[in-house]
Amino acid sequence: MIQLEGLTKRYGEKVAVNNLTFTVRPGIVTGFLGPNGAGKSTTMRMMLGLDRPTAGDVRIDGQHYDHLKDPLKYIGALLDAKAMHGGRSAYNHLLCLAQSNGIPKSRVAEVLDTVGLTAVAKKKAKGFSLGMGQRLGIAGALLGDPRILMFDEPVNGLDPEGIHWIRNLMKSLAAQGRTVFVSSHLMSEMALTADHLVVIGQGRLLADTSMADFIEQNSRSYVRVRTPQRERLLDILHEAGVTVVESGSGALEVDGGKAEQIGELAAQHQIVLHELSPQQASLEEAFMQLTAESIEYHAHTDTPQDAPPARQQAWGDGWNRS
Amino acid sequence: MAAIQVVRSEWTKIRSVASTVWTLSLAVVVTIALGMLISALTRHEFDNMSAKDKLSFDPTFISFAGMSLGQLAMIVFGVLVVSNEYSTGMIRTSLAAVPQRGTFLFSKIAVATGLALVVGLATSFVAFFLGQAMLGSHKAEIGDPHVLRAVIGGGLYMTLIAVFSMGVAVMLRSPMLSLGILMPFFFLVSNILGNVSATKKIGRYLPDQAGSKIMQVVTPIDDDTPYGPWGGLAIMVLWVVAALAGGYVLLKRRDA
Repeated sequence: MIQLEGLTKRYGEKVAVNNLTFTVRPGIVTGFLGPNGAGKSTTMRMMLGLDRPTAGDVRIDGQHYDHLKDPLKYIGALLDAKAMHGGRSAYNHLLCLAQSNGIPKSRVAEVLDTVGLTAVAKKKAKGFSLGMGQRLGIAGALLGDPRILMFDEPVNGLDPEGIHWIRNLMKSLAAQGRTVFVSSHLMSEMALTADHLVVIGQGRLLADTSMADFIEQNSRSYVRVRTPQRERLLDILHEAGVTVVESGSGALEVDGGKAEQIGELAAQHQIVLHELSPQQASLEEAFMQLTAESIEYHAHTDTPQDAPPARQQAWGDGWNRS
Repeated sequence: MAAIQVVRSEWTKIRSVASTVWTLSLAVVVTIALGMLISALTRHEFDNMSAKDKLSFDPTFISFAGMSLGQLAMIVFGVLVVSNEYSTGMIRTSLAAVPQRGTFLFSKIAVATGLALVVGLATSFVAFFLGQAMLGSHKAEIGDPHVLRAVIGGGLYMTLIAVFSMGVAVMLRSPMLSLGILMPFFFLVSNILGNVSATKKIGRYLPDQAGSKIMQVVTPIDDDTPYGPWGGLAIMVLWVVAALAGGYVLLKRRDA
């Protein structure tokens, strides 16, 4: 279990992490989601005692990180794949970590086997691909057989097979009752692996919820309708008490509406429909909406100078199509 | 966290990278070879030397002449042992494994110092015996007064230069910055300050100038240095302690 209590990190004027309070619980995969620069890595570094919090506190199983005896036996972390000396062999890299925490030598061969690097154990790490480096970093995290595991953007730069492998690994670790905390900036990735979700933006906590609740609350469902008799349909729907939003391309969007109800109304009044389709906004859009205000580096490439500011949803739509 | 675990881990680290081998080998080879060369040249030139130089002639010190260059390899060793952690990003993995930063730092320094001491002492003894062999009839014997002290002192000097560099590298983190400051300082600046009469009085309190006094057996006749061989070594030790203390304080306070 990891507990954060009012965790704050300031770099001069800039607040990187702002008063974060949440708990990472065992037995499930907790996704740590936020746009680039939201403060995910800074938070994780503070959890490991690498960066000192400006205010607040992090505890690992009730203890401060630097009070843990042999910390690799409590918590294993993959921070970035290249946090190793390239001139050292994979075996020696893991051996020096094992020795520092009193972990038996035999464990090194075991974790090398788990991550599938046994064949290259004697090779220098600088010759490794990004995926192999990532696997070696994960081997280091697993070394002490810890109850808590932490991965910072583990799927970055991996091929589909590697991504699949990491997803399954995280799920099986959680199924063994371990605490698994994994950061990502991709909602779609989290939707596949995480059971619980912590979302931050500009260092602030935006959501701390189960994945199922998040999906239910944030995925907007609507019905898209296209018709040549637009005004008539609008009137009829209005009379029936159905709220309609006009979308940009001449189509109508009925929030939370049932396609059957609209179809029957149209039939009753003999209105021709060209389209009647139930739509579900993606989780990616929900995430974009949640974090839109807190995104630090907006992309404004296609906004003309004299145009009114684009709606946030429009920006999300554009992103989704690209 | 038992310190012995961390020492064992640091030994694995230091023996598993190539830079350890090449920097230390270079220190050994350069110190011994250059010492032999200068000893051989001195033997040829001895008859042409002035009476005053003959009186100040110190065969032991001559055989250590290679250290002026050999110490640069020891500096590189000391700097790389520490700054490799920073330049590769390994420091984050290391400190996550050993969050007690004092234990981490002093285990690393202890292992590197032990290795430098073994290599330094071996180099010093070999440089002495081969240097004396080159000097022929002008040679000193290991049993002569103060000679053994000077030879052991040569090993201590090389070790302390390396440890001083480690302390500076902990403070500066970047290998290029550390080497960029230490190499010209010990190769040029210190020599200039020590040989220009206006700055001589300050120059002789610099770590290398003070420390190298331990390798002298014959004091030059017009020498007015206010400290003896062990006093000089003590001044050097103070520099080393200051560098390590500065490194420790910064490592404790900084984000990794």
